[in-house]
Amino acid sequence: MGFLCNWCSYAGADLAGVSRIQYPTNIRIIRVMCSGRVDPTFVIDAFLHGIDGVLVLGCHLGDCHYITGNYEAEIKMSSLSRLLSLVKFSDRMRLDWVSAAEGNRFAQIVSEFTKYIQELGPSPIKESKNKTQIIDDLEAVKSVLESSRLRGLIARQRDLVTEKNVYGNQIPVERFEILLNDAIHNEFIRHKIVIKIKEIGKSVPDIANEIGIKAKEVLDHIVVLRSRGLVDVHEINEEIPTFISIREGQE
Amino acid sequence: MTSEDIRIGVFVCHCGTNIGGVLDVPSLANYARTLPNVTYSTDNLYMCSEVGLTEIKENIKEHKLNRVIVASCSPRTHEPLFRAICQEAGINPYLFEMVNIRDQDSWVHMKEPEKGTEKARDLIRMSVHKAALLEPLERVKVAINHSAIVIGGGIAGMTAALNLGNQGFIVSLIEKEPELGGLLKSLNKVFPSNEDASTLLEIIDIIESHDNIHVYTSVIIENITGFIGNYKVTIKQNKETIDVDAGVIIVATGAIPLSPEGYFGYDQKKIISQLDLESLLKNDQVKANNITMILCVGCRNEERRYCSNICCMSAIKNAMLLIEKNPNAHITILFRDIQSAGTEYEKYYRKAREMGILFINYLPEKPPVIKKDFVDVYSALLNQDIKIPQDLVVLSTPLIANEDSEVLAKMLKVPLEENNFFLEAHVKLRPVDFATDGIYVCGSAHWPADIAESTSQANAAASRASTILWKDHLEVEGSTAEVKTELCIGCEACIRICPYNAITKDEETDTAIVNKIVCKGCGLCGASCPKNAIIIHHFTSDQIRAEIFTYGGAI
Repeated sequence: MGFLCNWCSYAGADLAGVSRIQYPTNIRIIRVMCSGRVDPTFVIDAFLHGIDGVLVLGCHLGDCHYITGNYEAEIKMSSLSRLLSLVKFSDRMRLDWVSAAEGNRFAQIVSEFTKYIQELGPSPIKESKNKTQIIDDLEAVKSVLESSRLRGLIARQRDLVTEKNVYGNQIPVERFEILLNDAIHNEFIRHKIVIKIKEIGKSVPDIANEIGIKAKEVLDHIVVLRSRGLVDVHEINEEIPTFISIREGQE
Repeated sequence: MTSEDIRIGVFVCHCGTNIGGVLDVPSLANYARTLPNVTYSTDNLYMCSEVGLTEIKENIKEHKLNRVIVASCSPRTHEPLFRAICQEAGINPYLFEMVNIRDQDSWVHMKEPEKGTEKARDLIRMSVHKAALLEPLERVKVAINHSAIVIGGGIAGMTAALNLGNQGFIVSLIEKEPELGGLLKSLNKVFPSNEDASTLLEIIDIIESHDNIHVYTSVIIENITGFIGNYKVTIKQNKETIDVDAGVIIVATGAIPLSPEGYFGYDQKKIISQLDLESLLKNDQVKANNITMILCVGCRNEERRYCSNICCMSAIKNAMLLIEKNPNAHITILFRDIQSAGTEYEKYYRKAREMGILFINYLPEKPPVIKKDFVDVYSALLNQDIKIPQDLVVLSTPLIANEDSEVLAKMLKVPLEENNFFLEAHVKLRPVDFATDGIYVCGSAHWPADIAESTSQANAAASRASTILWKDHLEVEGSTAEVKTELCIGCEACIRICPYNAITKDEETDTAIVNKIVCKGCGLCGASCPKNAIIIHHFTSDQIRAEIFTYGGAI
């Protein structure tokens, strides 16, 4: 599946047609006005619906019809890619730039990407073995990308690292990267916990075991999730509390 | 509208043999009929022909269609045509969808007709699911104020104002100095015609007596609000605050010469600036015989990397004027590179050399040194130091951006480049436009420009502005962003991300609002909103997801 911006990449794809450059039939194109319109959750939705690979194509940096749209796309896709690498899907998503004059380049990117995905094989979501686990992981990634914490960070990234805030401070890129990576990592685990205890109450050690992290970490996350009203005590069995997800809380 | 009410018509085009020669078009039309909400489908040899268009119109009526899909070529070329047909048949043009099965299918999969047909089936199915979710949108008509504001009363601003005034538009010409004329007032003669600057300044009288041009001098701009067709500039003149309304704004604020203070011992007596020389020449006060000019003073260095464009020619002009007045004078021009592009300027430069003006190239790392009666300069060509007798040194400094350009840029919400000159929308394709609609730039505000360049840019800006001013009203795209106020938390992320400053905050409700006239529908805000509170009409998340889900299917 390919998300193409109207002004450059979609026009580039048309030019490939006018020039009769042949490429594999596997791609289905969705036209958007700007690559910056592609909400990272669209990509997760595609994976959740069994799509094997996703291309996001925009104008070359500096050539965006909407001035800064493709820079925003780059920022969004970079965070998405970090999250996807946690669930081993990052290879299946690619962001690239194709101008309206690059029919050849478009065909080449599609051909290469198709070949690459064919070598990777079909999406693991289609294999029955780990299907539930993978769906849970992708759902966790999706809810991280839907959370206002991460969306807020991504939306303000360019602003925060290029301009001074109200106190006259500018956040260095390196510090922002650390902040963002922390947020991505923690939010991913938190949303994973929420999904694990969606229907059945589970104890901290059980959750830790299932996700494969330390019980102490799980407890820390549970505290945060409780304060957000996303998780609550389910019942207490032999002095061990179990926790369960509750309705959508306030973040 | 409930889903029972949705009646989609799918029209599949053969495009002669372009599509029909590769894909199985009749089967695609049959397939479309099996899809949800599709009431009618057919195929035609040329959907865009008179016959094809009539067929669409007739079937809209006959089958009471309320969504139309054409599977043919690219929406980039044919969407406007089909949309217009829908409108003629009484369907909102935004209830039309196009499927690209030629440029992105039959033409690129010519040797795989079966797989190509399968792809076309998927694309049509995706489109049908999106079409069911389409909403009718209105193109808003906005009234236009048919007058213009020109900021800056130098040669560029005056030329732009006169151009628009002569076309019959009311123009407000705003100047911060007490008089019109700008830098031209301090010049003696202008290159390459060597006519008096005062001849060009006759335009001032024409402007001041022009019925359509209102001149405001000694003015400070306090605030600028509005958008294309409806700008308001609040100015202060003699402690009086005046609101000036206009449909368009032209920025012609010019530039100022860098003071040579601190360079080469500038003292305004024996070591003067090119502008000082202009006034000496004007008043016939030049006494010196041995005159050395130094070019590129204070520019093309680390601090100012740019070339100021006008200095080579103005130095050459003054050197020739000096020789004309005093044929015994010795003039030397110390340069780094001479810029004399085009036939006129090259001829001018040659003439200067023929007149005996000496040109010596110096290296920035070994700049000339001014001693009491001579200038020491290293010539790389001769590989030796040269002593040039002097009794007057003239320094050419660059034009630099006005100090207040930053404030003005903020008020106009337009960008500046690294040297604080105004930055156009596109260097080649939109050289006098800003990315913000209805604001234009000309003259040295944009970049140091000579008079010929300034006036041609001014006429260009005026002509761009008149493309708006001649319209009765503006028609604004219906596919814009809209904030769902009840979800908005007022975080302002969208306000910062919008490339067009189309989003502002409603102070009362503390939520974001989109100005539909300024919004271009790029969708950046919607994809970024932390609360998913922004709908991008015609490319809504639901519509895009419908396409994704339809292709992907259930897992």
